[in-house]
Amino acid sequence: MQDMFRFGTRLLVAATALLLVQTASAAQGSRSVIEGSKAYGLDSCVEPTPLMRKKHYAFLKHDRDITVHQGIRTVKHSLAGCVDCHAAKDDTGKYVPVTDEGQFCQSCHEYAGVELPCFSCHSATPTQATKAGD
Amino acid sequence: MKKIHYREWGIESPRYWGILAILGVLLAVGGLAALYMEHNGHWVTGMNNQIVWGVPHVFAIFLIVAASGALNIAAFSSVFGKEIHKSLGRLSAMLAMSLLVGGLLVLVLDLGQPTRLIVAMTTYNFKSIFAWNIFLYVGFLVIVAVYLFTMMERKANKYYPTAGLVAFVWRLILTTGTGSIFGFIVARQGYDAAIMAPMFIIMSFAYGMAIYLLMLMFTFKLEGRPLGEKLLGRLKNLLGIFAAAVFYFVLVYHLTNLYGTENHEYEAFILRDGGVYTALFWIGWILLGLLVPMGIVFHPALGKTHGGIIAASLLVVLGGFVAMYVIVIGGQSFPMAMFPDKVIIESGFYDGVNGQALHYVPSIWEFLLGLGGVAVALAATLVGVRVLKLLPMSLEDEIVDPRQG
Amino acid sequence: MSDKIDQKRREFVSVAGLAAAATVVAPGVFLQATAEAEPRSEAVTGKVRYGMLIDTNKCVDGCTDCVTACERENGLDLLKMPEGADPEEWDRQRPRWIRKVKVKDRLTGKVTTLPMMCQHCEFPPCQDVCPTGASFRRADGIVMVDRHICIGCRYCMMACPYKARSFIHEDIDEKLTVAPRGKGCVESCNLCVHRRDNGETTTACQEACKEGAILFGDLNDPNSEISQALRQQNNTELRADLKLNTGVRYRGI
Repeated sequence: MQDMFRFGTRLLVAATALLLVQTASAAQGSRSVIEGSKAYGLDSCVEPTPLMRKKHYAFLKHDRDITVHQGIRTVKHSLAGCVDCHAAKDDTGKYVPVTDEGQFCQSCHEYAGVELPCFSCHSATPTQATKAGD
Repeated sequence: MKKIHYREWGIESPRYWGILAILGVLLAVGGLAALYMEHNGHWVTGMNNQIVWGVPHVFAIFLIVAASGALNIAAFSSVFGKEIHKSLGRLSAMLAMSLLVGGLLVLVLDLGQPTRLIVAMTTYNFKSIFAWNIFLYVGFLVIVAVYLFTMMERKANKYYPTAGLVAFVWRLILTTGTGSIFGFIVARQGYDAAIMAPMFIIMSFAYGMAIYLLMLMFTFKLEGRPLGEKLLGRLKNLLGIFAAAVFYFVLVYHLTNLYGTENHEYEAFILRDGGVYTALFWIGWILLGLLVPMGIVFHPALGKTHGGIIAASLLVVLGGFVAMYVIVIGGQSFPMAMFPDKVIIESGFYDGVNGQALHYVPSIWEFLLGLGGVAVALAATLVGVRVLKLLPMSLEDEIVDPRQG
Repeated sequence: MSDKIDQKRREFVSVAGLAAAATVVAPGVFLQATAEAEPRSEAVTGKVRYGMLIDTNKCVDGCTDCVTACERENGLDLLKMPEGADPEEWDRQRPRWIRKVKVKDRLTGKVTTLPMMCQHCEFPPCQDVCPTGASFRRADGIVMVDRHICIGCRYCMMACPYKARSFIHEDIDEKLTVAPRGKGCVESCNLCVHRRDNGETTTACQEACKEGAILFGDLNDPNSEISQALRQQNNTELRADLKLNTGVRYRGI
């Protein structure tokens, strides 16, 4: 029921977001990862980039339930993994929150006009030697 | 019984819009208060980790309880065949729906995550009385709407008795559910009692009747529609009987508690040492909320005056709010018996050291939110009677029930 | 093949409460190892039930080491009082997962000091009342809140007989990766669940207690230190009358 309801809205949001994201990345060149983040040195995310752009929220939502309820911390799509890889370091070597102006998560969500509620609770920087799935 | 004609509430537009404007301001202020609390978080309220339900819950629970009670006036005619009440049924159903919506709005806007309402509507834990209540509330709105339709649409009239019975049974279950929110809490001394559910039902009879009487007199007087004294007399007598019934339940609740030693400290707290809660209990709930209105409605002279009936109804409503305050906040304020055979003499988390009451001072925002809910309920009712044919043209005694006339 | 062995080893590690044990250890022998185990990759099961035994005879009056350690571990020390808040009111609103309580016996006058936290009931009232199922008991006995679906109604706080839960009353700026936290949800002690899932053997409070008053372990393993200790001496379940079968037990009260 919930899924059905969400499916419709999400399809709409996703389609719009995808359109916007593609326009955005075309404008910035094909790379939207931030210089100074681990992701910058990698070829691809845990899934192919177009799929991640389209579906990352669904992956995250699916795996978050597995982590919370089953305690599995090695899930492929973990938010801590996102942050660990996509948070850039500034000149002083300190992590910049992924929610800061122009950073990976913020810039795209801002552009697409989609809320980014994850980080009202989750840390937007890796806070310690991150173990996968934390 | 003569044919009763129903008409939209016909007071002059400026007055109507003036009333709505006042309610609109209250509503807007309540909405802003909710936004303010939501934006900042609950630290701007008086609620804390000890008193987790505050004034918004007092308002919300009162409105929800009163909603089911307001439906009784309609139910009396369809279930118990009291023809005299039939003409009162439409307003009764409208008021019931409005009060419920107002109460639910307050409850929802006080949630820590009000935007996740969709989660509450789609993810259920069926062991939770709260989850049942979500069904009961939504079901109530649907059933009462259908019930109202069977009253108003001639073709649907034949289903009217059935709809009335369903609505009446549903409202009993609903109030049982609301009362059980407290009755199921084994952890807290004041709540762990099965009598809570029937007590809430009888409270709903009284509060619903009081609000109904006020609304009936307000709408009729303002437009100058005739209202029979016999009818009013019957209704105010019912109010008095309901108030007496509430008094009886409160008496039984506390007397049975007093019998068990484990409850002595809680009873001493509410009845003797609870400071503001004790004062509210005796003065607000028992004296002003029950005994004085009973005295007024059964007084041979006072009970016959409109002023007396209005005062008694207002007092019952006020007493209802106070009762909820004593139950909801007083009940939490009494320290939990985490160590029944010991006294807590120090604590890093306000565990009621030496049996001291837990601290709560309500904030203005909580009251404003609650009043916003009341405004929603009143405004919805007044819009309802304005656009729909809910009010009889006349409730003169010879029209309502010629045999009594 | 090697994956399978790895899996088995991991299970063994978590069940026996040993970390990074490459060698075979005789049952009953408890090794205090610094954890460098791998994160959990298989769902938790009911084979394990985590719990604690708190020896109040060892608990020192005035000491709050467990509280401090818990707050540091779970990021509670990062909370700031909102600007404009009344310090006294705020102190009643800020979250605490563990607290020190001092109690006096009504008959003998004996004074006992002890830490209180979520008692990790087998039949948690908080789980029963939660309308959305956010309040839940993990298969390994940890009672916790899925804050993704918590609507912030606080019914669990009404229902908990131990007053173990806290509501988050303000926006949270700083939080740890291992302890997400946000305004409008309820939370409480989760037996350092991130440590459980990373194969570590202790909780922050146990580690911090110099007196060794807190013993953490697997209640389902008859050979675990906690099971043996529970068998040797009487222990108390708080509010035993409610028959919640708590996972946290006390000695000396």
